[in-house]
Amino acid sequence: MSSETSKMSAQGVQVYYGANHALKDVNVEILDKTVTAFIGPSGCGKSTFLRCLNRMNDTVASARVLGTILLEGEDIYDKRVDPVTLRAKVGMVFQKPNPFPKSIYENVAYGPRIHGLTRNKAELDEVVEQSLRKAALWNEVKDRLDAPGTGLSGGQQQRLCIARAIATSPEVLLMDEPCSALDPIATAQVEELIDELRSQFSVVIVTHSMQQAARVSQRTAFFHLGNLVEYGETGQIFTNPRDPRTESYITGRIG
Amino acid sequence: MTDATLHSPQPPRSLLVADARTRRRKAAETRFRAYGLIAISLGLAALVFLLTSVLGNGLGAFRQTFVEIPVTLDEATLDKAGTRDPKAMAKVTTVGYGKLIASALEAELAAKGLDTAAVDSKAIMGLMSKEAPADLRNQVLADPSLIGQTITFDAAATSRVDGFFKGRVTLESAARDSNISPEQLQLAQAMADVGLIETKLNLWGFLSAPDASELRPEVAGLGVAILGSAYMMLIVLCLSLPIGVAASIYLEEMAPKNKWTDLIEVNIANLAAVPSIVYGILALALFINFMGLPQSAPVVGGLVLTLMTLPTIIIATRAALKAVPPSIRDAALGVGASKMQSIFHHVLPLAMPGILTGTILGLARALGESAPLLLIGMVAFVKDFPSAPPEGLMEPATALPVQVYQWTQRSDPAFVERASGAIIVLLVFLLIMNAVAIVLRRRFERRW
Repeated sequence: MSSETSKMSAQGVQVYYGANHALKDVNVEILDKTVTAFIGPSGCGKSTFLRCLNRMNDTVASARVLGTILLEGEDIYDKRVDPVTLRAKVGMVFQKPNPFPKSIYENVAYGPRIHGLTRNKAELDEVVEQSLRKAALWNEVKDRLDAPGTGLSGGQQQRLCIARAIATSPEVLLMDEPCSALDPIATAQVEELIDELRSQFSVVIVTHSMQQAARVSQRTAFFHLGNLVEYGETGQIFTNPRDPRTESYITGRIG
Repeated sequence: MTDATLHSPQPPRSLLVADARTRRRKAAETRFRAYGLIAISLGLAALVFLLTSVLGNGLGAFRQTFVEIPVTLDEATLDKAGTRDPKAMAKVTTVGYGKLIASALEAELAAKGLDTAAVDSKAIMGLMSKEAPADLRNQVLADPSLIGQTITFDAAATSRVDGFFKGRVTLESAARDSNISPEQLQLAQAMADVGLIETKLNLWGFLSAPDASELRPEVAGLGVAILGSAYMMLIVLCLSLPIGVAASIYLEEMAPKNKWTDLIEVNIANLAAVPSIVYGILALALFINFMGLPQSAPVVGGLVLTLMTLPTIIIATRAALKAVPPSIRDAALGVGASKMQSIFHHVLPLAMPGILTGTILGLARALGESAPLLLIGMVAFVKDFPSAPPEGLMEPATALPVQVYQWTQRSDPAFVERASGAIIVLLVFLLIMNAVAIVLRRRFERRW
């Protein structure tokens, strides 16, 4: 199913928020063209770790990240790395759909535009169309690209955010509980979309829902109290967990 | 234990009869409503009283009584050499023009058959403003081709005659007044009956004329004050908006949150509450005594009002920036925008309505501020218009609120009318600015 090449590699990652030790010694290999799910109870550090992968934690003044995270062998916390270019390669979709209060077209075109990825309007139009197609939104919005993105339904907004994230042709797509604000139908659409995106991107998804992790991912990591408890094939985690804490969580005894 | 008291049996109560506790609660609510209504009525009554008083006193300032007579501009008197050389013509002083007007007025009175036996010729001239000859002279010097023609000259009537036609001055009060006699007023009434004196709208005259001396309230206007206020607002806008917005963006979006930024924040909040006269003292010491900028100049006034407005703008802008949802910043950073790009492409446009509203309200406050201007010498009597910016910014001017203050200080009752008129003008400007603030806010918010 998935090629076994590693896309991102985290080694000994520690995160502190001030004096609070939020993430303790996490080692994970994110595989290429694979959906990796991070599960765990609230406050376990799964979102924190996700935000380390594109350095969104830089915006939190008190956050301190130790350890090494490699993207295709390059340390993303190296002094020479500009987080701006990193985030074009490692896109992110947030918990709450947050389209810009601009037109649908502008939402998708913003990333390519600021990174100078296209040379002219025709190319930009092409990128916008391709991104919206990949996000399974094109047919619904192609006649109203000038309409405000905030006027779409919740599920459409989230797919617009996905289109915006993939418009910069990222290598990894991070999703922080992308369905928690959506109804079941919209959730199903986004999950289907995630499965399609796997053919081109490496997708990392944080989720509260174990069923969702089981449905969409090939790899699952279970976090608990800042520790990475167990990481492996999704099927193995859910049917034959090695750690008793993982078993307690997936059977509903903790969390 | 508590369960027992909670569920102790109570006698059944009818819904139709209110018990004492319910009645008390209801009475308290009714009282509170009454307090609110009383407070609002008091406020409205004060507003109505203020508006009636200001409008009642001030609307007259926009009307002015004029003496209209045909004057023949005799070449032999005004330009003996006949060269139309402005320098030679300027040698004819206002006295010469005064004589011209006097003879024209007497001739016109005779022509209309009015009896002038009760008033001597000096008293007849006394019906007109002392400014009239200078007015005519300025007209002629500005347009020498008028010489030799007969023009209809509109001379402002003196403030007592003006007051007579507006009901402020009566024959009884004139009898006790050394400036005017009942006979003069009777003549004025007769002249009005034949159309030589007319009270008409003088909006432009009041708005554009410069201030006039204590003895000539009838020609005093707001021109210099409005121009001075406009210059100062220009300076305040050009300085405080960019500085204030830049400072707010830095403090809100970029500065680390530590005790230094906390200290700055507290001080900005305090600066907004500092009495404005303190800013006047600061400006006097810093801009005039230390930096040597001229007194009474709009540039100094503009600088002090900028200092005063900055905290207001910074507080408003920071509140507007805070109100932008953080998800927008995340979204921009998430697609790889830099901090600057996320602020200028996304956060600032969303915060714009709030920023503009805060700025305009700050400007409105600055426009109505008089205390700091008193200390930097803008309370001087200024009759000459400052020239166009930038030189004009260094030349003496007054400001609208200071002009109100100055006019209320003067003894002639005609200035009370002028001061109220100036207040109306000031209020209209403030209303316009507030309306613009509302319109801008609506317009930018409507975008989505």
